[in-house]
Amino acid sequence: MSDSFTKPIPHPTPDTQPFWDGLARGEYLIQRCKECGKLRHYPRPVCDGCWSMAHEWVAASGSGTVHSWTVCHHPFHMGFKAQSPYTLLTVDLAEGVRAQGQLRGLPAEALRLGLPVALGYEREGEGPVLPIFRPAEET
Amino acid sequence: MSLFEKAAITGIGETAHGRGLQQGSALSLQMQASLAAIADAGLSPRDIDGVIPVATGVAVAEDFITNFGIPDLRFSATTPMGGASCVAAIQAAAAAVATGICRHVLLPIGRTGYSGTRIGARVHEMPQFRTIGEFELPLGNVAPAQIYAPMARRHMELYGTTSRQLAEIAVTTRRHAILNGNAGMTKPLTIEDHQNSRMIADPFRLFDCSLESDGGAAVVVSSAEAARDLRQPRVLVMGAAEGHPDSPSVITQRPDILRIGLAKAAPRAFAMAGVTPSDIQVAEIYDCFTYVVLRQLEEIGFCKPGEGGAFVEGGALGIGGRLPVNTHGGLLSQAHLAGMNHIVELVRQLRGQGGAAQVEGATLGLVTGYGDMGDGSIAIMRRG
Repeated sequence: MSDSFTKPIPHPTPDTQPFWDGLARGEYLIQRCKECGKLRHYPRPVCDGCWSMAHEWVAASGSGTVHSWTVCHHPFHMGFKAQSPYTLLTVDLAEGVRAQGQLRGLPAEALRLGLPVALGYEREGEGPVLPIFRPAEET
Repeated sequence: MSLFEKAAITGIGETAHGRGLQQGSALSLQMQASLAAIADAGLSPRDIDGVIPVATGVAVAEDFITNFGIPDLRFSATTPMGGASCVAAIQAAAAAVATGICRHVLLPIGRTGYSGTRIGARVHEMPQFRTIGEFELPLGNVAPAQIYAPMARRHMELYGTTSRQLAEIAVTTRRHAILNGNAGMTKPLTIEDHQNSRMIADPFRLFDCSLESDGGAAVVVSSAEAARDLRQPRVLVMGAAEGHPDSPSVITQRPDILRIGLAKAAPRAFAMAGVTPSDIQVAEIYDCFTYVVLRQLEEIGFCKPGEGGAFVEGGALGIGGRLPVNTHGGLLSQAHLAGMNHIVELVRQLRGQGGAAQVEGATLGLVTGYGDMGDGSIAIMRRG
């Protein structure tokens, strides 16, 4: 049922639409300044290093490590009630910016700072494609 | 020029705190507290010539002109920094009276956070939450408890800080609320009660979180000269500052997610005041969450980063302890009035009007604000 999606949805602006378009095709995009090469995230109009507004988008490799987390028990929004408790990870992406996403495939008790994780993508019903993280496979 | 002792808090006022005790709108609660603060100073409402309404969307400067019949309001401003707004407004008011723009600035707040819309559920309507609203709210990062919890978790993982140490803050604050006599929470709290309370957003349990309250509070900031002729002992503003963290709108992207705006503001305020943390006799520390108190104690310099957990143990924050903190019961146990009640309490303490919660001989103290994901503000005051 398309009208059963009750979670909050993003409201992209022209500055941020490419990020959401990237997620929809399975790419986590990061802005890179065309003048000085500095990465910035979340998307915004100006490079805080050189103030250039010229930028391009690069896709994250998908590997990262756990920076911190919280396990959300109380659903502050009814759209998240059914899946509570859920774990939100803050992740250091290999590129040097951070990303947030829900944890899949691991109990929260097993988390520790620096744990390697891999970025994935998930879509629920008619909602947007969102980033999620799983434990990185042993290499 | 410095703002050192150019301004004084001359009036304080607040409504009754406690669920179901208040009558009326957020605007009328704000007016009630404002009239009490103005009367406390020995002023007429028409003497108010500056106003900094806390940016909760409830009242604007015009409301005070209309309700009080103010003939010539010379200064109005807002300091939209969430829970850091009230204390940041002290700096703005001090600047206004120090430069002669006006003489008596009213800082009011009133809210119906309990009976009206819950604050925790509507933060995303504020423009400063726009980034989180687009990129993290859809993932489930909805409320302040969830937004701040990863800071606390990282502190625990890096330094071994424990939930029982956070509980010390909640328990001590509750004890002070009971001494206050005008507080929303009146039942004693133990560490075990805290440990048994339900998990909200790990590591925050219910009793790590502040209240949602109905009520009002207000203070009057006057020029230090004008304050000489007023009703109450002068409480001089020795130092005041605000500070904004790097990546202020989103904690996830902050280079050091533990570093908050107070880290920048506190050294400026102490330098202006000419005192050090060891001179502080009482501290009213913004306490939206227990962890936020612990981290601010570190950033102010009462202890080193990472040592906050040990610092708060053993009742150190109690009246008679190493550093009496939140002697009124704070946001955790008195009322959530965005920290205006912290300013009211500091002034009460420094005047020697603290009643059962009076810190003996306290004449020098500080108050902090914290909000909007880490904005910080601080004011250091003394009786004089």
